[in-house]
Amino acid sequence: MKARVTVTLKSGILDPQGKAIEGALRSLGLAGVSSVRQGKVFDIEIEGGDHDKAEALLKQAADRLLANTVIENYRVDVLG
Amino acid sequence: MKAAVLVFPGINRERDMARTLRLISGREAAMVWHAERELPPGTDLVVIPGGFSYGDYLRCGAIAARSPIMDAVRAYAGNGGLVLGVCNGFQILCEAGLLPGVLMRNENMRFICRDVYLRVERSGTPFTRGYNAGQMIRVPVAHGEGNYIADGETISRLEGEGRVLFRYSSPNGMIDPNWNHNGAINAIAGIVNEGGNVLGLMPHPENHVEAVIGPTDGRGLFAGLVDHLAKAA
Repeated sequence: MKARVTVTLKSGILDPQGKAIEGALRSLGLAGVSSVRQGKVFDIEIEGGDHDKAEALLKQAADRLLANTVIENYRVDVLG
Repeated sequence: MKAAVLVFPGINRERDMARTLRLISGREAAMVWHAERELPPGTDLVVIPGGFSYGDYLRCGAIAARSPIMDAVRAYAGNGGLVLGVCNGFQILCEAGLLPGVLMRNENMRFICRDVYLRVERSGTPFTRGYNAGQMIRVPVAHGEGNYIADGETISRLEGEGRVLFRYSSPNGMIDPNWNHNGAINAIAGIVNEGGNVLGLMPHPENHVEAVIGPTDGRGLFAGLVDHLAKAA
């Protein structure tokens, strides 16, 4: 099964990288971008076909390693 | 002092640290590989040095914090053992949950490599007994992610319990945004855990210990530890 874990910064956490990208988009002349926040995407292959098991496994993976929950939120999507 | 210096792939300051420990304590430190599951018997100080463990992949210190030796360090710290994490070592301690908070990208997005001034906030702890409270010390920093942050409640607790031991300051001890090089909240450069036995510090005191290469303000931290351990023995 294919799955995706998306990790994003919590709101209120300063994101200097996002700010730099925001500035770069402006300097490309792309008008209308008001804010950029940078995150991470993990595409993960899971053995077996049990959707709930896969979701539980990925939640553990996110809590224990993929995300630092002090500053980051995550979302688990089992794509099937 | 029987120090153990942890070695992770990508760490590059372990030899500076071992040299300083030998110079000041007169004893060779044990170098302990990350895949080990136990610390050498009789270890009375664990040091996690600086560098770029695992190439800073995922988040600085994130992968090193999950390596086998860190379970031993967690148990050791839980029993009151002294742990010092410098630079990447501080990031690893935060990722391992031994210290609260996170070290984010420097506010100005630049890698900062220069001497800074720190104000020692408290004396009399195992890590600061070699200094006077309010003393300024000059030590180098070399990091891209040293911008300390934690939630408001954690910061009030750290401040209320006197757990901020070092702050970035001007040469005469003023706390000022111009001297807070990486943008850390409350100019925090170094904090201890609740038990006061685990210190995380962004600057490198181990690099300022010999007059032949400049200031020796870093000596106080190590000399204080040696003194503390001698008295505890």
